[in-house]
Amino acid sequence: MTTDTTTKDATPGSNPPGETVLDARGVTMRFGGLTAVRNVNLTVNSGEIVGLIGPNGAGKTTFFNCLTGLYIPTEGEVRYKGQILPPKSFKVTAAGIARTFQNIRLFANMTVLENVLVGRHTRTKEGLWSALLRGPGFHKAEKASRERAMELLEFVGLDAKAEHLARNLPYGEQRKLEIARALASEPGLLLLDEPTAGMNPQETRTTEELVFAIRDKGIAVLVIEHDMRFIFNLCDRVAVLVQGEKLVEGDSATVQGDERVVAAYLGEPFEDAPGKDEVAEVEAAEAHAEPSKDTAPGKENDR
Amino acid sequence: MTTNTTANPATTAKHDTTPKALIGIPENIGRALATGGGTLAVISTFLTWTWTSAFPGNLTVYGYPGGLQVLVLIGGALTTLFGLASYGIKGLRWLTPAGADSSIKLAALGTFLTAWYTVLAISIQLGGVVNLEPGGYVAAIATLAALLGALALPFTRPEPETADPEDTAWEQFLLNSRNTWAIVKSCFATGTSSPTPKLPAYAEILIIIAAMALGLTVFTYGIGTEYDELFVGFLITAGFGFGALAKAGLADRVSTVTAKHRTVTMTGAFAAAAAFPFTQSDDRYATIGVYILIFATVALGLNIVVGLAGLLDLGYVAFLGVGAYTAAMVSGSPSSPFDIHLPFWASAILGAVVAMIFGVIIGAPTLRLRGDYLAIVTLGFGEIFRLAVLNMDGTSGPDITNGSNGISSIPNLNILGFDFGQEHTIAGFTIARFANYFFLMLLITLIVVIVFRRSSDSRIGRAWIAIREDETAALAMGINGFRVKLIAFALGAALAGLAGTVQAHVTYTVTPEQYQFAAVVPPNSAFLLAAVVLGGMGTISGPLVGAALLYLIPAKLQFLGNYQLFFFGLALVVLMRFRPEGLIPNRRRQLEFHEEAEAPTVLSKAGA
Repeated sequence: MTTDTTTKDATPGSNPPGETVLDARGVTMRFGGLTAVRNVNLTVNSGEIVGLIGPNGAGKTTFFNCLTGLYIPTEGEVRYKGQILPPKSFKVTAAGIARTFQNIRLFANMTVLENVLVGRHTRTKEGLWSALLRGPGFHKAEKASRERAMELLEFVGLDAKAEHLARNLPYGEQRKLEIARALASEPGLLLLDEPTAGMNPQETRTTEELVFAIRDKGIAVLVIEHDMRFIFNLCDRVAVLVQGEKLVEGDSATVQGDERVVAAYLGEPFEDAPGKDEVAEVEAAEAHAEPSKDTAPGKENDR
Repeated sequence: MTTNTTANPATTAKHDTTPKALIGIPENIGRALATGGGTLAVISTFLTWTWTSAFPGNLTVYGYPGGLQVLVLIGGALTTLFGLASYGIKGLRWLTPAGADSSIKLAALGTFLTAWYTVLAISIQLGGVVNLEPGGYVAAIATLAALLGALALPFTRPEPETADPEDTAWEQFLLNSRNTWAIVKSCFATGTSSPTPKLPAYAEILIIIAAMALGLTVFTYGIGTEYDELFVGFLITAGFGFGALAKAGLADRVSTVTAKHRTVTMTGAFAAAAAFPFTQSDDRYATIGVYILIFATVALGLNIVVGLAGLLDLGYVAFLGVGAYTAAMVSGSPSSPFDIHLPFWASAILGAVVAMIFGVIIGAPTLRLRGDYLAIVTLGFGEIFRLAVLNMDGTSGPDITNGSNGISSIPNLNILGFDFGQEHTIAGFTIARFANYFFLMLLITLIVVIVFRRSSDSRIGRAWIAIREDETAALAMGINGFRVKLIAFALGAALAGLAGTVQAHVTYTVTPEQYQFAAVVPPNSAFLLAAVVLGGMGTISGPLVGAALLYLIPAKLQFLGNYQLFFFGLALVVLMRFRPEGLIPNRRRQLEFHEEAEAPTVLSKAGA
C-alpha cells in the first residue's frame, strides 16, 4: 500500500490557510485478530487545532502511530499535503510531521540546547566530512542552527536554561522542551500526545497558550488528551474515538452534547447492577489499555 | 552528610552527629602526628634501609634515596604538604580547595603501604627482619605513625541503617557490613570545592603545562621501573597519590582549566608524549611506548562506536587486522602475494579505506539489530575474519594471506628519505627504530583524536548521542538511525585500519593470532573494550589512559604469569562495582550511572 513517495516539493512550515494538511482515509490497523483502529477518517486543515479524545484503549495512540510512520496501516492511507506518508518515522518527520510523546522522551543527558539541535537534524545537511574538515559552511550552518534553536527556546520560554541538562528541568518545562524540539524540525503539522498529562491547572493553561501560539505560526496541531476542559477550550474540532471507531466529530459544543460520547466515557446504564464479571473486565481492560504508563520511559513500547 | 532527615527519633537520639574519627586520638595530636610522620618518612628515605644492594634495588646509600625510597619520599612529602595545608598555612591553601583531611588520609595510607610493602619484601625475601638497617625501622614507624595520625582526623559519620528485629543472622551481618562500609566511605569523603579563583590565561596555561609535565614524569617513571617490586610500589604510590590529589579537589580544578583551554591541553599532551623518546637512553621502553600508542589509538577509535553511538562491538580488532594485512600486502614483503610496494601515505589510505569497506559490509546487515544481538553478531564477524585469514593459505582456500605463517619480513618504512629502521641522532638524542615509529604512531593518534573531537561536536555527533540515549525518540526527530549508526561503524573501522597500517610495519609480521577476541597480550577485542570501559566511555583521554594501564601492568608484572587474566578480571569487576563510569568519566556517562546523585544543573565540557 504505502509507496515510498518523498515529499520534497512540499515545503514545510507555514501553510496557506484552509489547505488540507493531513488527510487520513479509512485507516484500519489490525494486530493479528485484534482490530485496534477501524476505518477512521480524519482531516486536519492548516491553521486548525484538532483534538482526538476517547476512553482508555480506544486506539488513540495506535492511530497516532499510524500517522507518524511507527505503524503502517493495514488498510487505508494517510496523506500529508497530498502525498502518501513514507513508512519510516524519520521520513515522516522529514516530510513535515513532528510529534511529542505521551511519556516524555527527551535525551535526558543532553543539554536543553542540544535537544533542540537534535530536532534540527532533518533541516540541516552537514555530514561527517563537513564536521571533520570544518569549512566555513560548517560553522555557518552550526551558527544558524544554534540561533534557530535559541529562537525556539525563547518561544517556549526556556532560553535562560539552554545549558541545563534536560533531566534537571521540572516536569512542565520538560514538556515544553519536547514541544520546542519537535518544532525544531519545522513541521507543518504538530502531533501532541497528551501534552498536559500530569500537569497542574496552571501549567495546563500555559500549555494552552503555547498551543495557540504554535497555531498562530501557521502550524496545524493535532492533540490527544484526556483533560476535557483543556481540549474543549483549545480545539476547533474534536473527534471522538471509541473502540477503534470514530464515534463523532464536530466542534466542542456538538461533541459535548452528544449522548454517545457521554455514554462512552461514563458507561451506559446496565440493565442489571454491575456484577463481578464487569468489574473484572474493566480492570483487565485498564491494565491492558495503557501499559506504557507505569513502565520507565526507556522501556515504553511505542512500536 | 546524610540527607535522611525523616529518621525516627529513636535513631536520631542514638546517632551521634558530631564528627568522630576512626581512632581515639585527639584531633590536634593526630594532625601533628600525620604531618610529623610524613616528614619523618621523608627523612628516613635518606638513610639506608638494608645492608645489601641485591634486593630490592639499591637502598643502601646514605643521603641518596633510590628505588622504592623515592616513592616513599614522594608519599611522605605529599602527606606533609597536605598536613601543613590543613593547618591553613598561607601559600599552601591552593593545594586543597576541597579540604585536606581525606587527602591526608589517602596520602598517609599510600605511603604506609609502599613503605611496609618494601620493608616486608626485604624481610621475607632476605630471610628475617635482621636484614633491615635503622632507616627501614624509621620508615616503618614513621609511616605507621602518619597513618594512625591521619585516621585520627574526625569525619562526619553517616546515619547507620537500623536493624529490623525480625532479620535473620545473615541479614544482620549484611546490614552491619553495609554500615561499616558506609563509615569507611565517608572517612575518605570530601567536602565541596571552594569556588575556582579567577586566574589570568597564562597562569592557567602554566597549570596545564605543569599537569602534563607531571603526567609525563609519572608515566616515564612507571615505564622505566626495573623490577617488579618497584612497579608494585609505583602503582601503590601513584594510585593513592592521584587519589589524594583528586580528594583535595585539585583534579577537579585542573579539569576545569583544561576544559577551558582544550586546544592548549591537546597540544600540551601531544608535546609531552612526543618528549617521551627523548627521556629514554635506548629503544627498550620506546617499544612499549609504541605498542601502547597502537593499542590506545584503536581503543579511541572503538570509543566512537561504543562511547558515542552506543554500539557494542566485540569484533573490533578485526578492522585493525584488515588495515595491517592490507598494508603488509602492498609493502613489498616477499611473502605477500602481490608484488607491489606502495609509499606509506598510499598504503595508509588504502588500509583505512579497505577497513571502512569491511566495516560497511559487516555493519549493513548487523546494525539493524539492537543491543545484545549486535554484540553477538560482531563477535562472530571478528572470529570469521581471523578464521578466513587463517584458511586463505593456498591449501584450504585461495593463497592470499599465507595462513598461520602470516605475512612476514615487512620492510621498514621510508618516508621522504627518512629510514624508520635506522638510528637517527636529533639534538644529541639517539632516536632508534621503535622511537621513529613512536613519532609516526603519535601522528596517527593525533589524527584519531581530532576526528573524535570534531565528529562528536557536530550534527552527526549529536545524532549518535541521541541514538544512544533513546533510539525511538531519535528516529521521531528525523534521524535516519541506520545510516547514522553505519557512519559511526565505518568511521571506527577506518580509524582502526589506519592504525593497523603502522602496526604491520612495527611488528615486522602480521599473523591471524594477533587479532583474536581474547588473548593475554593486547590489543584484542576484549582488551580494547576493557580499555574503553576502564578509561571512560565517550571521552578522549579515557581510552588513552585505560590502554596505557592495560598494556603496562601485564607487561611489567611478569610474576603474575598465568594469573594475569584472573587478576585483570578481578580488577575490572571491582572497578565496575565502584566506578562504573570509568577512570576519566564523561559527564553524561557519570550521570547515567549515578541516577541518584545530585546532578549539576549545567553540563560543562570537562572530562571530554
